[in-house]
Amino acid sequence: MARMKFLCDSERCIECNGCVTACKNANETEWGIQRRRVVTLDDGEIGKEVSISVACMHCSDAPCMAVCPTDCFYPTEDGLILHNKDACIGCGYCLYACPFGAPQFPKQGAFGARGKMDKCTFCAGGPESDPVIEQQKYGANRLREGKLPLCAEMCSTKALLAGDAAQVADIFRERVVYRGHRNSAWSSVEHEAAESEQLAQNAADLAYDATQSV
Amino acid sequence: MTAKQSEMSLKACLILLLVALMALPVSASAQQGADARREAFQSMPGTQPDFWRDAAQGVSGRTQSNSPGADTLIMVEGERWREIRNHWISPGGAIALGGSLGAITLFYLLVGQVKLEHPRTGRKIERWTRWDRVIHWYVASLFIILGITGLSILYAKWFLMPILPTSVWGAFMNAAKNIHNYLGPLFALGVLAMIIKWLKHNFFTMTDLKWFAKGGGIIGKAHPSAGYLNGGEKVWYWIIVTVGLTVVVSGLVLDFPNFGQTRETMQLFLIIHAVASLILMAAAFGHIYIGTLGTEGAFEGMKTGYVDESWAKQHHDLWYDAVKEKSKN
Repeated sequence: MARMKFLCDSERCIECNGCVTACKNANETEWGIQRRRVVTLDDGEIGKEVSISVACMHCSDAPCMAVCPTDCFYPTEDGLILHNKDACIGCGYCLYACPFGAPQFPKQGAFGARGKMDKCTFCAGGPESDPVIEQQKYGANRLREGKLPLCAEMCSTKALLAGDAAQVADIFRERVVYRGHRNSAWSSVEHEAAESEQLAQNAADLAYDATQSV
Repeated sequence: MTAKQSEMSLKACLILLLVALMALPVSASAQQGADARREAFQSMPGTQPDFWRDAAQGVSGRTQSNSPGADTLIMVEGERWREIRNHWISPGGAIALGGSLGAITLFYLLVGQVKLEHPRTGRKIERWTRWDRVIHWYVASLFIILGITGLSILYAKWFLMPILPTSVWGAFMNAAKNIHNYLGPLFALGVLAMIIKWLKHNFFTMTDLKWFAKGGGIIGKAHPSAGYLNGGEKVWYWIIVTVGLTVVVSGLVLDFPNFGQTRETMQLFLIIHAVASLILMAAAFGHIYIGTLGTEGAFEGMKTGYVDESWAKQHHDLWYDAVKEKSKN
């Protein structure tokens, strides 16, 4: 059984926000709803700036599912955390528990009352048998068509990977090994080299990395 | 200067120029190489362990998303909130409410109803004015509705969800949430009116100390003296002032999320709201018991506004004396 995972390679993400746009386009989400976002840390600091694309991480022990008063979340066979909008009451508890800020709420009611929660479905739709209604409520169900989430498929640098956890991990481990980690990337990098040498090595790795098709 | 000398200096100049020209492309390419290297340094993040340590501790960055808290990669407070809510408040509230109900039941079985010591005289004394009763029942009915809907949000998924079809379950919970959210501010107004209206009766006196010393009549045979309100009633009043206002204020913060409250603020106030309202409910069970089943002749006071003379004499002797004195004049 596959276990679906996202992985964002921080060494490759260039903050183009293509994944954000791809997601919005694939799922036709409501105004103000952005299921995926790119966060840049140390923005503008030379040699330190890192960007990561983040959305629902489909946790194994999902905090949203644990705190939901209506228990509207359910895990799928692929290890995804999906939710039933018919049971969602827009209380926002999932947002308070989620570490990744994945749950999004359309502002529909008076006094900032939240509408029904919307989040990344890994392009796997939701609990509706009618595809048209499913599309309207939850967005695309690309998994059913044998496709992966559009954000990852459209990532220009292949920083964002999506798919079976084992395959994603293999691809990433291969990249990490190319970048010079020892022990087949199972241990952390040893910082023996001076910083400038390390950066030069990193640059060389990046150049090589970019030539790889994986 | 001779012609030969000037020729030599011209040659030297030409050689120098040539050398300079030859050197130019070399230095230019060296410059280019350095730039490419620097560019690579700049674009290359070189993600170090410190970076992931910062990310795991909830460092904020920059993002194009406008969602609240979107600039934070990992919000670490959520896990603690989940822990407090699921492992402390949920079971703690159940223990508090169950414990309160259990204690009341045990008390009823062991001690039973506090009966009137003397038969009713049939003479009635006004205890609660129409306004008192309007405020009381306004707050009481809203309290019960808010209690049921609030408890549904905390506990209903454990017992109602498995027996209801999803559509009914969703509709019920949606109604519970909206009722809770819309009646909350109305409850706040009632609590405020109640606190202002009854403040003058609720300052503690020496009589109350003696009343507490005798455990309100539970310890010993003789019923301790009490004025218009006894010590226990005053304690309930001050619980409403402190815990009740905490519930109301925290509830209003949660009810209007349109003032840019952060997730951390909402987490904190959800915890305060849940803990305070569960304490208030556990205490309210005691109040409801004493006011209805626990004391013969007490409920009619809040129902009709009038109590029997012998009830007043037994439970609020000082107040009874004062009323009697007043009616004589």
